[in-house]
Amino acid sequence: MGDHVIEIDGLVRRFGDVVAVDGLNLAVERGEVYGFLGPNGAGKSTTVRVLTTLLSPTAGTARVGGLDVVADAVKVRLRIGLALQEASLDEKQTGREILDLQARLYGLRGESLRRRLADVMALADLGDAIDRLVGTYSGGMRRRLDLAAALVHDPDILFLDEPTTGLDPVSRTAVWGEVQRLRGRGATVFLTTQYLEEADVLSDRVGIIDDGKLVVEGPPAELKHRVGRDLVVVELGGDPAGAAEAVSGLPGVDDVRLTDHSLVVATANGASLVGPVAVRLAEKGLETASLTVRTPTLDDVFLEATGHRLRGEEER
Amino acid sequence: MTTTTVTDAAGAGAAGVLARPSGFAADVATIARRALRSLLREPEFLGPALFFPLFFYVINIGSLQKVAEQVPGVDYKAFEVPVAIIFAVTGVSRASVLVLDVQRGYLDKLLVTPVRRTALLLGMMVADIVLVFFLSVLVVCMGFIVGVRFQTGPLGLLLFLAISSMWGMAFTGIPYTVALRTGNPAAVNSSFLLFFPFLFFTSAFVPRSAMTGWLGAIAGWNPVTYLLDGLRALISTGWDWGAIGGAAAAAAGISVVTFWMAFAALRSRVNGPD
Repeated sequence: MGDHVIEIDGLVRRFGDVVAVDGLNLAVERGEVYGFLGPNGAGKSTTVRVLTTLLSPTAGTARVGGLDVVADAVKVRLRIGLALQEASLDEKQTGREILDLQARLYGLRGESLRRRLADVMALADLGDAIDRLVGTYSGGMRRRLDLAAALVHDPDILFLDEPTTGLDPVSRTAVWGEVQRLRGRGATVFLTTQYLEEADVLSDRVGIIDDGKLVVEGPPAELKHRVGRDLVVVELGGDPAGAAEAVSGLPGVDDVRLTDHSLVVATANGASLVGPVAVRLAEKGLETASLTVRTPTLDDVFLEATGHRLRGEEER
Repeated sequence: MTTTTVTDAAGAGAAGVLARPSGFAADVATIARRALRSLLREPEFLGPALFFPLFFYVINIGSLQKVAEQVPGVDYKAFEVPVAIIFAVTGVSRASVLVLDVQRGYLDKLLVTPVRRTALLLGMMVADIVLVFFLSVLVVCMGFIVGVRFQTGPLGLLLFLAISSMWGMAFTGIPYTVALRTGNPAAVNSSFLLFFPFLFFTSAFVPRSAMTGWLGAIAGWNPVTYLLDGLRALISTGWDWGAIGGAAAAAAGISVVTFWMAFAALRSRVNGPD
């Protein structure tokens, strides 16, 4: 068992009759980038709001840096940084003023204030725009400033709530680079995302949440390996009824899933199974629009764990 | 005071930054600086705040001066200066900024820091005090221009400004409460409507002795009536401590109620200890 920096035990958070988080248990080790993946409304942001002391749990406990998020809320706040989903900033202030205010609220003064402002301004990389009002910034600039503000007190635990939602590819890549740099420095990062690729690229471990429950957890490669080494994916042209049953008995088939008109067959050796699958479907009179072999993605992990796909949520 | 040195041998925090709660006064000062900066960046805010008192002052003098001055001892230009002050300072607050903070999530960004929760509101109120005092001075200058003089001299003038500002601050509690309870800018703007019964069911336009029936009875219960009586005493009567005390008590009483509402709304909005 490693050194757990974040521990959630039986966490429940209700809003009236709606159960946003439903008996969540998870632990994040020091220095780990933990990707918290799930569709909109799955409970990701609610979990982050509890962990960052913005919400009280309805039931269960959460500890950050060994401190209870309710009983030791002020101490927890000193340890964490948070970059929110929408890069929430005051548009009537300049970038420099936002960072200065943030640093002062963490008690930074004098030389340590000047040094940290210089560090995080370099990180934000806004050039002369640092002295312009935030209202004039692009989405990418706001996100970089928000991330810099979250790091101004040099926290060792960082929460990034969907840090790239709505960003252009260049800005997204910049945020990914920053997360990787933070990992290189040993920070613990709790990253929520609805983007499969983001979770796959950045995370040491991924937890998949659906309807407020953790449905599967592990390193991305291991999770994908559990689905199977190869996937034969068949896009069916007509009525897909009976397709799953048709191929499930073929030798070498580990698992078969049918969603809409897409048939996904897990196997150890995809290349050898393509032919038999095509033949069996033709024998059963099922029309095949396309047939491909690929390695599993986290979407396949999500499908296996929940019975439905996340990809629709992911499309940008 | 809790002090946590955020250092981590693993890397993050290696710079050895000392993150700690900065203290209540420092928190208020930090939030107030931001509120004052935003005030200076919205000079358009001053337009309506000055237009309405000047407009009603001119209209009221033009239409009611002859009638009102039939009451013995009434100098209507002096009589209406406190009304202009109330028009200028009532409803002036940074609640519009606070509600945007709530809506955009910037309040959450601040709440994740170790800032004292009450400092978030008090810091904004510092900017309100500055603005309310500034507006009061402008209206008093307008009175001087049309020939109004203070029977109580410079000390009376200072007390006049202090009580006016106290009233302005008392009313800020209402829009802050609405901002924190609803997070809705339209609701905050609508809170200004509460101002009308406060002002119009009073002796704002004619002396109470000239009011009749139900309006006179309501005015007798309205704290703004006592506020106006006290402010008028400082201008026209002299050191009438009964009236002046009534004005101060009215402003203080409303402050207690509205501030209690605002800080209760803050407690319900934020989570965890102060």
